[in-house]
Amino acid sequence: MKPQTRKTYVSETVAGLKPSGIRRFFDLASSMDGVISLGVGEPDFVTSWSIREASILSLEQGYTSYTPNAGLLELRQEIAAYLRRKFHVDYCPETEILVTVGASQAIDLALRAVLNPGDEVIIVEPSFVAYEPLVVLAGGKPVAVQTSGADQFQLHPMQLEQAVTERTKAVIICSPNNPTGTVLSRKELEALARVAEAHDLLVIADEIYAELTYEGEYTSMAAVSGMRGRTILISGFSKGFAMTGWRLGFAAAPEDILQAMLKIHQYAMMCAPTMAQYGALEALRSGERDVAEMRSSYRRRRNYFVASLNEIGLPCHLPGGAFYAFPSIKPTGLTSEQFAERLLIEEKVAVVPGSVFGPSGEGYIRCSYASSLEQLQEAIKRMKRFLARL
Amino acid sequence: MKLSEKELEIIEILEKDARTPIDVLAKMIDLPVEETEALVRKLEEAKVIVQYTALIDWRKADGREGVTAMIDVKVTPKRGVGFDEVAERIYRFPEVKSVYLMSGAYDLSVVIEGRSMAEIAQFVSEKLSTLDSVISTTTHFILKKYKHDGIVFDQGDQDRRIVVSP
Ligand SMILES: Cc1ncc(COP(=O)(O)O)c(C=O)c1O
Repeated sequence: MKPQTRKTYVSETVAGLKPSGIRRFFDLASSMDGVISLGVGEPDFVTSWSIREASILSLEQGYTSYTPNAGLLELRQEIAAYLRRKFHVDYCPETEILVTVGASQAIDLALRAVLNPGDEVIIVEPSFVAYEPLVVLAGGKPVAVQTSGADQFQLHPMQLEQAVTERTKAVIICSPNNPTGTVLSRKELEALARVAEAHDLLVIADEIYAELTYEGEYTSMAAVSGMRGRTILISGFSKGFAMTGWRLGFAAAPEDILQAMLKIHQYAMMCAPTMAQYGALEALRSGERDVAEMRSSYRRRRNYFVASLNEIGLPCHLPGGAFYAFPSIKPTGLTSEQFAERLLIEEKVAVVPGSVFGPSGEGYIRCSYASSLEQLQEAIKRMKRFLARL
Repeated sequence: MKLSEKELEIIEILEKDARTPIDVLAKMIDLPVEETEALVRKLEEAKVIVQYTALIDWRKADGREGVTAMIDVKVTPKRGVGFDEVAERIYRFPEVKSVYLMSGAYDLSVVIEGRSMAEIAQFVSEKLSTLDSVISTTTHFILKKYKHDGIVFDQGDQDRRIVVSP
């Protein structure tokens, strides 16, 4: 008999991908009891009952088959109305909107639909962990632009300008940002838009946290003058509507790009889950009040948590959106990995080391304040004790 | 009374949890502690905050479970004083927890808490029905409280999220 060996079948591209640093912390934290987790990137609310109920009703009525590839037309119409109402951008529900399996799939489709091998995509760091690997999987080359805590992780047009080469195809902009919570104002978006126009760049705008913006009116990149034609707007239901487990998102883009995304989607996915689409329909029709309530709850907890972090000696800017605080741990002299690991083991508070989000996240930790006020108070108490001991 | 943005925030927070510590409350609304304290005091004095109470699940206190009944009361309003005088005569009884003037099939909705059904029956027959203007009463006993004042009793509120996620 031949020896039981075989070659590795895994592709070089996949073998070359780094495992997510978040995964390691998940494994460590879930092996322990009594952990207060500030490590979660999702709402602590359960989806509103009216949304759950609408989805249950769709099952009772037997809506269990595929929907059109692009999603229920009714839902796309409702998404178009929502985008018009909220962000003052107009999209045609028949040809310019695609319902996806989470914003995650929309990002993947956007990259796969536009990239040729070797095309460069600019990623703003610290960044959501999926951008870089998804660019690589789509055959592109990620180019990181580092932002700095000294100025609230704002992306300066000059930095974008400097990162552009003749191979640059697109830039991914996430506002409000995961992990920094930084929101780009209309003025800042306009300045970035001018660079995109000057170099004929496509902007992939990840606006999944748009509903969770705490000051002023939210501006979508697609609403900035001249940008609608060169923007893929990506959003979804996970964060604002507390629907992470439903796996439902959407993309809106000019017809040629959206149809290219749809082509991949129809072969790779067919369509997003039907019962989730019925839930989403209800979310857009009647969810506004619940969203507003969740938003004000997050805002209050943000105020409490960020003020407390500053008080105990972890300097933190006031994030304008999402539900993450991104304090500096530089005063402790530890690396963000060391800090997060020791805090977890010694005080049972789980946070995510900033280095997971790229080198410019080093010296910071991501703390989600989507936890009950009691948990946040207890976490602050433990962190204070931890810092006193260092 | 026109409330400021901060005052509205205070009452929303305290309505959900009256025991929120003042320093936490102050941070949540982004005001100094002294100013927050002053605002709370002002709201208390103006009776915007009427009282701080605890919502108790009495079923969990053995021997003290009690009985709650909702009583529909039809009355003939008296000339000049309307329903108010009757309502007042009813709400003065300490066992009466709430009284509402209703539109529809009856006039007053009265919620009574007592130690036993007998105690409530006695209250209705001796105190309520004998009032001059009361025409009729219909008593409904509450068998189980699922939700009260927006709060769900015995809600499994465990966090189902995984510990760390992107
Ligand atoms: C910036 C950002 N984009 C996209 C996603 C994915 O969202 P979805 O659940 O809709 O796939 C997340 C989730 O953490 C995120 O933080």
